[in-house]
Amino acid sequence: MSIDRMTAPGLLGLDSFTVDEEKAHIVVNKEICAKCAEKPCLYVCPAVLYKLGKNGELTFDYAGCLECGTCRVMCKNKGIIKWEYPRGSFGVNFRCG
Amino acid sequence: MSGEDKFDAIVVGAGPAGSACAYTLAKAGKEVLIIERGDIPGRKNVTGGRLYTYALDLLDEGLHEKAALERKVTHEQIMMLSGDRAVNIELVNPAFNQEGSSPMSYTVLRASFDKWLANKAEKMGAALVTGIKVDELIERDGKIVGVVAGEDQLFADVVVAADGVNSIMAQKAGLIPDLKMENVGVGVKEIIELPSKIIEERFNLKEGEGAARMLLGCTEGIHGGGFLYTNKESISLGCVFTPEGAAKKKKSIHEIFQDLKMHPAIYQLIEGGETIEYSAHLVSEAGYRGIPKQLHREGFVVLGDAAGFVINTGYSIRGIDLAILSGIAAARAVINAAKTADVGPAYMEELNKVRLMPTMNQTDPFFDVLETPWLYDKAPNLAADIFSYLFTVSGDVGGKMRPELMGLLKKNGISLWDLTKLGFKGAKL
Repeated sequence: MSIDRMTAPGLLGLDSFTVDEEKAHIVVNKEICAKCAEKPCLYVCPAVLYKLGKNGELTFDYAGCLECGTCRVMCKNKGIIKWEYPRGSFGVNFRCG
Repeated sequence: MSGEDKFDAIVVGAGPAGSACAYTLAKAGKEVLIIERGDIPGRKNVTGGRLYTYALDLLDEGLHEKAALERKVTHEQIMMLSGDRAVNIELVNPAFNQEGSSPMSYTVLRASFDKWLANKAEKMGAALVTGIKVDELIERDGKIVGVVAGEDQLFADVVVAADGVNSIMAQKAGLIPDLKMENVGVGVKEIIELPSKIIEERFNLKEGEGAARMLLGCTEGIHGGGFLYTNKESISLGCVFTPEGAAKKKKSIHEIFQDLKMHPAIYQLIEGGETIEYSAHLVSEAGYRGIPKQLHREGFVVLGDAAGFVINTGYSIRGIDLAILSGIAAARAVINAAKTADVGPAYMEELNKVRLMPTMNQTDPFFDVLETPWLYDKAPNLAADIFSYLFTVSGDVGGKMRPELMGLLKKNGISLWDLTKLGFKGAKL
């Protein structure tokens, strides 16, 4: 390994996660998001978890969330209908921080 | 409910603010419980970063000597990037690290530091539960009297919100509204592993010495900057900028950071290393004016990042030291208050006594200086142009310095009026 430009999934692959399969800590309402023209979430999520699907619809996967809260602050049209921290001991585990 | 089941204080979050508060309370014989949502304290936390040592020594004399810290910062650097050019300014001042006194600051990694500090609080007598998230506050007769965590209800005279920048607790208590996008920066960071010998060679460090570098001109003109800190066996490289700026540019934060990493002046420092972690975190950017109007209500106080205690001057960033100070202040308020209603006002007084509020107040004008948009692209370009002009020797006669420099200002689109405006802002510092 050496230093190179890395994709977001590549970087997230280095991190340790305990994914809560039962409960999503962030929930997105795609109907609201469909009407959002700006979609700042596409650019501001450091983990690039907000993407556009084949038909231009917003897709989101909470599994690689770094729990920074940027999407929550930036979501203008309230398409994020729930934003909580993951349940205790779930989510990202920073080994360096 | 019996008196035995009630804590003097419940601290939400085992970061530097929460653990410093619990440490001080436990030392005074108070019954204190820390509730941390991570499995181990520090596992949810991210810093740039560095810790200014005085805060740890205020918590307890000589505490830093055994703390889980990385390198004492001996080399202070500011680097401006423009295209493939780089201007680096370095200060080495032995007075910052004199024999016989505490080094001024250390680089730090939070997984190890927070774990260490929480452990210190525990050894002092605080109870610590981990892997538990506090879901709700319990309110009775307008007072906060406890918390709900999973199935359990826990009661205390005072609930201490030390739950970080996205303070869900302070929001639930009705003290702060949603964070405003213009008041936060988003930080991303890679930890790049390198042997300590190589780090020391590349940064001209002796064993145990470290460099802290602020970077300007690496954010595509977006309000923000980069940072680089040398740890014992890794380098923390990252950048922080306004998410609003990235959204407007329609440029991914992740992409901008990868560009910084591959800049030739940065790449040569991390070459051959291996990235072992990628992290992200919000940073409160509004300084004094971003502090919520009310940091307490009966039975409840807000600390650290949750209270917006961050100072960004552009050349230094402080947060962990302020978090520790606020933890000490809150603990002293709890210890000295005769009744619960006195804790909040006493906390505000203690924040003044530990000089946190006055320091934040004094650094407030930096916010206006840093609002200057051309600092983030034109200024680093200008710096690279000026130094390139100064150091160019080609055998030609060349232009006279004054008109050449005026020409460079003009070329970069910086007017004398722009400089004057910045001067006015700077005059308030």
